Amino acid sequence: MTSRPGRPRRGRVALHLFLAVVALLWLLPVAWAVYTSFRPYADTAARGYVSAPGALTLANYANAWTDAELPRFFLNTALVVIPAVVLVLVLASMVAFGISRLSGRLNLALLIVFAAGSLLPPQVLVIPLFRLFLALPLPAPLSDNGLLYDQLAGLVVINVAFQLGFCTFVLSNYLRTVPGELVEAAVIDGASLLRALWAVVVPISRPAIAALAALQTTWIYNDYLWGLVLMRTGDKRPITSALNGLRGEYFTDTNLLAAASILVALPTLVVFLVARRQLRRGLTLGAVRG
Amino acid sequence: MLTRGQRRTIALIVGLPLLLQVLFVWLPAIASIGLSFTDWNGVGGLGAIHVVGLENYANLATVDPAFWPAVFHNLVWLFVFLVVVMPLGMFLAVLLDRQLRGGWLYESALYLPLVLSFAVIGLIWELQYSPSDGLINGVLGTNHQGAIIDWLGDRRLNLGAVIVAAGWRHVGYVTLLYLAGLKTVDPTLREQAAIDGATEAQAFWRVVFPILRPINVVVVVITTIEALRAFDVVYVINRGLNGLELMSVLVVNNLLGEASRIGYGSAAATLLLVASIVPIAIFVRWALGREAP
Repeated sequence: MTSRPGRPRRGRVALHLFLAVVALLWLLPVAWAVYTSFRPYADTAARGYVSAPGALTLANYANAWTDAELPRFFLNTALVVIPAVVLVLVLASMVAFGISRLSGRLNLALLIVFAAGSLLPPQVLVIPLFRLFLALPLPAPLSDNGLLYDQLAGLVVINVAFQLGFCTFVLSNYLRTVPGELVEAAVIDGASLLRALWAVVVPISRPAIAALAALQTTWIYNDYLWGLVLMRTGDKRPITSALNGLRGEYFTDTNLLAAASILVALPTLVVFLVARRQLRRGLTLGAVRG
Repeated sequence: MLTRGQRRTIALIVGLPLLLQVLFVWLPAIASIGLSFTDWNGVGGLGAIHVVGLENYANLATVDPAFWPAVFHNLVWLFVFLVVVMPLGMFLAVLLDRQLRGGWLYESALYLPLVLSFAVIGLIWELQYSPSDGLINGVLGTNHQGAIIDWLGDRRLNLGAVIVAAGWRHVGYVTLLYLAGLKTVDPTLREQAAIDGATEAQAFWRVVFPILRPINVVVVVITTIEALRAFDVVYVINRGLNGLELMSVLVVNNLLGEASRIGYGSAAATLLLVASIVPIAIFVRWALGREAP
C-alpha cells in the first residue's frame, strides 16, 4: 500500500489493535469450550464457571470418549467420509472432463443441472429421498437390511450425489483456466479419452482436486441432516449426526459436553491446520474467477 | 470432431454420474412438488396416494401454528445476514487486504468457525449461553436464581442468540470471498484515486466496490442460500421448537414426527424450493452466463 508519512503509522497500530480484538473475540467461544473441558466438574461447581481454575484435568475427555463409546461413532464417520470423498472426486473429474469435450449448448445445460442441484437446500429433497431409500434395494455386504435406508453405504451414496454438483462446477471452472493444448495433444494423439483423463487432466487439476478433497472431507464429516434422517439405528450414525442422541444420555454435565464438542470438532480443526490453503482455495474456486 | 468411440466414452463418464445426480437430487426435488398436492402419510404404498389439491398449502397458512413463525424467522435470519453479517465480513476483508504483517493470524481466527459443523457450533454456543454455567451470564452476573437470562430458552431472545452463533461462522465465509475478490482489483486503480485526491473511503466506494460487483452477487446468493438452509444449529439446540421454528425444521419434523405427514411436509419443502429458485437462478446465470467477467 502507499505509505504516507505521519498518519499511517498510527493508523497501522490502530488497525492491528482492532483486528487483534476481533480475532480474539472470534476465538473466544472455542477457547471457552476448551477451558471448560479441562476443568473437573467439582471445581466448577465450587468456584463457578467464570473463575480461575482450582485444578485442570483430562478426565472429561476420557469419560466422554469411553462412556459414549465415541470410537464407534468416529469409525462410522470414517466409513462414510473416506469412500464418499474418493468417489465424489473421481466422478466429478469424469464429468468435468467429459462435458469439457462437448459443444456449447449441451455443455452448458449439463453444467446447470449439476451446479444448480448442489445449491438446493437439502430439506427440499429429504422427504422423497427418505421414501426412495426405503424402496431401493442394496445387496448384502453393503447393507444388512437389503435397503439403502439405515446404512452407512446409503449415506455414502447421498453425500456423493449431493456434493457432486459443487465438485463438478469447481473442477470444470478450473479446467477452463488451464491451457487446452495439453489435453488436445493427448486426445489428437489417439489416446483414448479415459487415458487422457487419467494421464493429463487429473494431474493438471491436482490443485483443484486437493482443494476439493480438503473441503469435502470437512463438509461430509460435518453432515448432520442425512445421518439424522436416512439412518434410524442410533449406533450406526456418524458422529456429527449422533450428537443429539449422545448428549442427552452421556454428556450430562457442562464440562463433559465441552470435552465432547472439542473431540468432535478436532478432526476438522486438524484439517484446518494442515490444509488451510486448500480449504481457502476450495471455497473461492467456485465463486471467484482467476 | 468426436469419434464414435469418444462419444461413447463421454456418454459413459458423464452419463453415470448424471444418473446419480438425477436419481438422488433432481427426482426427489421434483417429487416434493408432486407429493405436496397429496395427503400421503407413507402408509399403503403409492396406490394409497390421494390428490388433495392445495389443501396442504391452505393448512400450512391457516392452521399450522409453526408456519408463520417459521417464515418470519427465516426472513429475520436472512435480513440479519444481509444487513449485519455481510457488511461486517466485507469491512473486515477491506482491512485485511492491506497486507499487514501477521494478517494471516487474524484471518485464521475468522476462518476457524468455517470448518466446524453447525451441530458442533450449536453445542459450543450452548456453553456460552447456558443459564447457570455459561460464559455470558457468568460475565454479566446473571447466572444466579432470580437474575437468570435464558438466552436459548426464552422465545424473545433465542432466535437472536442462534443467529449470532450462525453469523459467527458466516462472517469468515464473507471475508474470505471478498478478500479473494479484492486480490483481483488492480492496485494502480487505487493509487490513481489517491493521487486524484480521493480519501480511502471514497476510493473504496467509487473505484473498488464497483469492480467487486461479481463478488457481491456471489456473496448475496451464498448468504441467502445459507439462510434458507439453516437447520442443524436450531435442531441441535431444541429441535426447532419454541421460538426457533424454521421452514427447514417444518419439513423434517413432519417427516420424523410420529405421524409421517409426507404430503404436508412436502408442501413446506416446495415453498423452500420456490424461495431458493431465485438465488440459484441468479447464481447459475452469473456463473455460466456468457457476459460474466
